[in-house]
Amino acid sequence: MSNWKTPAVLSSEITPQEVYLRRREFMRISAWAALGATLPGSLFAGEKLSGVVRTPYQLSDPLTPLEDITHYNNYYEFGTDKESPGKTAGSLKTRPWTVAVEGEVHKPKVWDIETLLKLAPLEERVYRLRCVEAWSMVIPWVGFPLAELIKRAEPTGNAKFVEFTTLNDPQQMPGVGSPVLDWPYREGLRLDEAMHPLTLLAVGLYGEVLPNQNGAPIRLVVPWKYGFKSAKSIVRIRLLEQMPQTSWMKAGPSEYGFYSNVNPEVDHPRWSQAKERRIGDFFKRPTLLFNGYAPQVAQLYAGMDLQKFF
Amino acid sequence: MITKIKEKWLAAGKSLVFLAALMPLGKLAWLASHQGLGANPIEKITHTTGYWTLSFLLLTLTATPLRALSGWLWPVRWRRMLGLFAFFYACLHFLTYLVLDQFFDWTAIVKDIAKRPYITVGFAAFVMLTPLAATSTNNMVRRLGGRRWKLLHRLVYLIGILGVVHFWWLVKKDITEPAQFAGVLTLLLGFRVVQAVRKRLVR
Repeated sequence: MSNWKTPAVLSSEITPQEVYLRRREFMRISAWAALGATLPGSLFAGEKLSGVVRTPYQLSDPLTPLEDITHYNNYYEFGTDKESPGKTAGSLKTRPWTVAVEGEVHKPKVWDIETLLKLAPLEERVYRLRCVEAWSMVIPWVGFPLAELIKRAEPTGNAKFVEFTTLNDPQQMPGVGSPVLDWPYREGLRLDEAMHPLTLLAVGLYGEVLPNQNGAPIRLVVPWKYGFKSAKSIVRIRLLEQMPQTSWMKAGPSEYGFYSNVNPEVDHPRWSQAKERRIGDFFKRPTLLFNGYAPQVAQLYAGMDLQKFF
Repeated sequence: MITKIKEKWLAAGKSLVFLAALMPLGKLAWLASHQGLGANPIEKITHTTGYWTLSFLLLTLTATPLRALSGWLWPVRWRRMLGLFAFFYACLHFLTYLVLDQFFDWTAIVKDIAKRPYITVGFAAFVMLTPLAATSTNNMVRRLGGRRWKLLHRLVYLIGILGVVHFWWLVKKDITEPAQFAGVLTLLLGFRVVQAVRKRLVR
């Protein structure tokens, strides 16, 4: 009999070999991170955003890889096919950048992007994104609720709607030379939709500065509506008394309504919205009412005929 | 002697065209095996096979005007092969829809064909293309008789139109590509209309 005893080390405390073998890489990354922390505020896509708070807005669905999120984009200002924005959006200059908040507000203001980045704590929120073309992704956005910005503008009693305008600069955006949409790109929400806690102004994804092709430096994310409602590279937010006309409503009034809530029961006139293909999946999955956010947003549309107000 | 050499060149040319016609499929296969089909591979395959179906249809329809304008005979000798390639890519296109896109969801497919005009016309074009492929052999020409065979194969004009309409109706907003196909098709069919009118006037 041996009197040698197994040392009392928990197996969880043992460094896995593959981590041990990567110790030099760890040192290298740490060194870069330390250097990065000494630099002034983030500017470029791919740079880590600091001070991002994790929130309960998480999903059990696996995240869509960054590669797919950044190379399969509908951003017509940079071309109508999905590969173009990833190739050409590098020409977009995201600094200096301002966002004008105006219209039916007591305190109109032109915000500098650097100030906006510090307006509220940056939160990571994982949202489903459902495109009107029947594909979907799961994206870890970084941003803050749009309500934070609108509150500071103090909407007047007349304010009922919010209009978002995307930059329209032919110098930086090769696609706006084509008359495929009525530029600048305009989108809109009802004020209560805009103030909803789910409605986000995103400045990053995967913990990093938002890539240009995804709408840098600041974009809207409304997860229960089709993707085109979430305007990119916003330069103006205007509060209005009347419902604004949006670029897609103008392009196809029978196909794209003001609300454009994700709804498997209301087909696009030319294709079904009952199912969607999650990017990376082979089989299609059923589309959920309000993209699965019905518990949070259904009350906004209580009593409304969703077939009529599509 | 000269005709023999010419025959040899023609046969070599036809083989080259055959190989060239397989290149779109080869490229797809290469991309598929190198993860090069992008974020939505099924959409990419559907669009690529559809694009080449239409391209080969238009190439097939180019043979007759080219012969009439140039006097060359070779375009017409390659016509059957080009037409069969159109059918080949149409089959791949349809199979992509059936297997990869819908995965044999027959209820969804029947609904699509009945309810979505762009799918209705695309499917109709595919169905009409099938008898043309089936009667493409010399033997079938003989069995049908030249007149009847010719009459049947005039369906290709309608198939070309339906194919372009299918493309036009499915794009979300940017109609540049379907408009290019429509332009070429208009020229090719217009040529035939002008010729038919002329023939009538001469008589």
